[in-house]
Amino acid sequence: MAESSRLCSVWVGSETGILKGVDLAKKQAFNYSDLSTLSRDQEVTALCWGDDFESEVLVGSVNRTVKTFSTEKSRFTEFRHCPGGEGPFRGLAVWNSSLITCVESGLLKVWKEGSLDSVEIPVGPDVYRMRQSPSQCHRVATGGKANDLKIWDLQRPEEPVFRAKNVRNDWLDLQVPVWIRDVQFIPGSDKVVTCTGYHQVRVYDPASPQRRPVLEVEYEEYPLTALSLTADANSVVVGNTHGQVAIIDLRQGRLLRCLKGFAGSVLSLQCHSSLPLVASCGLDRFLRVHNTQDRQLQHKVYLKSRLNCLLFSSQDKLQADGETALQDGVKEEDVEEEEDEVWADMPTVTDRAGGGKRRNESEGEPQRGAAPRRTGKTNSATQAKKTKGNTTGVTQGKKTKRKLRASS
Amino acid sequence: MDVKEVEVDFGTQEHAKKLKKKGKKQKPKRGNNPQKEIGETKEGVEKAETDEKPPEMHFPPTFSVSEIKNKQRRHFMFLKFKQEKRKEKLALKKKRKKERQALGDKAPPKEVPKTIENQRVYDETTVDPQDEEVAFDEGTDEFSAYFNRLTNPKVLITTSDRPRGRTVRFCEQLATVIPDSHVYYRRGLALKKVIPQCIARGFTYLMVINEDRKISNGLILSHLPDGPTAHFKMSSVRLRKEMKRKGKEPTEHVPEVILNNFTTRLGHSIGRMFASLFPHDPNFVGRQVATFHNQRDYIFFRYHRYIFKNEKRVGIQELGPRFTLKLRSLQKGTFDSKFGVYEWVHKRHEMDSCRRKFHL
Repeated sequence: MAESSRLCSVWVGSETGILKGVDLAKKQAFNYSDLSTLSRDQEVTALCWGDDFESEVLVGSVNRTVKTFSTEKSRFTEFRHCPGGEGPFRGLAVWNSSLITCVESGLLKVWKEGSLDSVEIPVGPDVYRMRQSPSQCHRVATGGKANDLKIWDLQRPEEPVFRAKNVRNDWLDLQVPVWIRDVQFIPGSDKVVTCTGYHQVRVYDPASPQRRPVLEVEYEEYPLTALSLTADANSVVVGNTHGQVAIIDLRQGRLLRCLKGFAGSVLSLQCHSSLPLVASCGLDRFLRVHNTQDRQLQHKVYLKSRLNCLLFSSQDKLQADGETALQDGVKEEDVEEEEDEVWADMPTVTDRAGGGKRRNESEGEPQRGAAPRRTGKTNSATQAKKTKGNTTGVTQGKKTKRKLRASS
Repeated sequence: MDVKEVEVDFGTQEHAKKLKKKGKKQKPKRGNNPQKEIGETKEGVEKAETDEKPPEMHFPPTFSVSEIKNKQRRHFMFLKFKQEKRKEKLALKKKRKKERQALGDKAPPKEVPKTIENQRVYDETTVDPQDEEVAFDEGTDEFSAYFNRLTNPKVLITTSDRPRGRTVRFCEQLATVIPDSHVYYRRGLALKKVIPQCIARGFTYLMVINEDRKISNGLILSHLPDGPTAHFKMSSVRLRKEMKRKGKEPTEHVPEVILNNFTTRLGHSIGRMFASLFPHDPNFVGRQVATFHNQRDYIFFRYHRYIFKNEKRVGIQELGPRFTLKLRSLQKGTFDSKFGVYEWVHKRHEMDSCRRKFHL
């Protein structure tokens, strides 16, 4: 059981309150909840990583409890009740070991470790999403229905750092309604991309003098419910309530490609931090993993309840290698350990804590530099698997491409 | 070259036919008349050969019936071809039957013919009765209030704006079939405004029959407090007067409900939706039954009265309207086509590409 949770690459929260971990390589799903104590008010509405190493998952439920699930130990370790405000959690984040929660009525609270007091920030009513900036952990963006985008700095909670302005009145001189459904920070810059319930995708730039959106793209006619940036931050994957998912280019503002196969509303999307994969879940009770480059459906898992939110881990090894990979790993390890002595003298950039297997660092560094990571965090656990994962990942990718060409 | 060969065979065929059935086909012979001399002589030669029993049709390997340009001749050839095939098939069947009889007990079991239902692609969302998670999901979903006997159904039936006579009569008949249902005239009201009023008056279901050019073609079924809304395409609507051998009017007794073949998770949701239209305890005295039969994603609704003649035989009499439904979308929440979230949407090009895959 403990083994399985360490290998799970996708964590999904369902409407029945069950946290599910899915191991894509072995195509297995595990339920990490006690079925006897289930109830509808434990419906999971927000998920986030508890720490940089992705070893803890914070699960926010409708009954305003935040549970901490440890992937190492495969069980819930902590339990925290977060009262105040009304409505389910719309965003969970961690900053300097304190918990940031935002509920629908607009109360954003920063809970300090251990104590019950918190810093409260009223964000405005009807909040639909609160997200933390991956590069600057003290910055948080919120948006909702008739509640335009606001970027808050938690160190100065009195006023938002950036308050977006609505676009000009439309051709009938009517005010364009605002309904932000999802927000994401674009790494490498200050920009923020949002998707709205009026089928618009907008990019805001706080660094520029204009408070209006810098880019606006429309997609189809149904509310866009989920948004995720691809690994190269040039395009964005959006999903709407009809199960239509598209990849939109942010540089040109046009539709790149559509992903097919969804039968119901897409409630949550997340792209992998380095591989061209996107995981999606929704009301049709399936978890799907698509390849963003060639639109192919790589994995489809039936998870019997409606799925509300998901977390995609940054593990690189998502292909099914099975036993051969383990054997390869063992052999390569022997060879590398000899070489490692040579490299051991070289100064390391980051400190490796834990993680049994040592890998070729120098091989690791340039590869990491090449693919810009969406999160600025350094994960030693993922590094440990990095080079092995990368090489096999690359070759695997080539293999699949070859297969595709042959079949076509 | 080919033309010649055809004519030769045609001659033999025609001759063979003449031998078997007298004077049936004079027309093709007339068509044959303007032939080349060589063809004629060959025909003459063939005649002699075919005086005895005509052999099996030997078509040259490159020949096909569709190459004949003359429509009459081509049609004739095609009919002959079909007859031959039929004969062969019968002969094969007889042979197999004889073999079976000869083997007696040792005969291999009869092969089951492949049907689309047999060949159905296994749906991974098929509900396993022992599954706890699905049981919990169903036990606490929007219909749990009905299934825990906390509420009784109360249905409001209405139509799209300005309904024509057929639809009005259909609504009235539906109202007799579903107990505790009320028909209201839709005076151009928006459904989103109708729904809060219905909830205030204690209705549990809203049924809207959509009509197009005097034919009912759609059904929106919305479970009221906050429940799912299903949108169906309706076809083959038959009113009571169009039924053959129909019985008397349906009575006020609560009918029994039969739900057939709703196996997948989506099918379960829809089945539960239909089940909660009717009150819990059927009056067996009334001997009436409403059937929702799902086959290949089409749901057939029938309303019958039954009588048991003895332990094993039942007589049924169809009353009431009948119609066929096909699910177009299932939306979570009450009717909101623009901003609602959909649990399932029918996408023809993605879902209907395989003939053996069904979703309900």
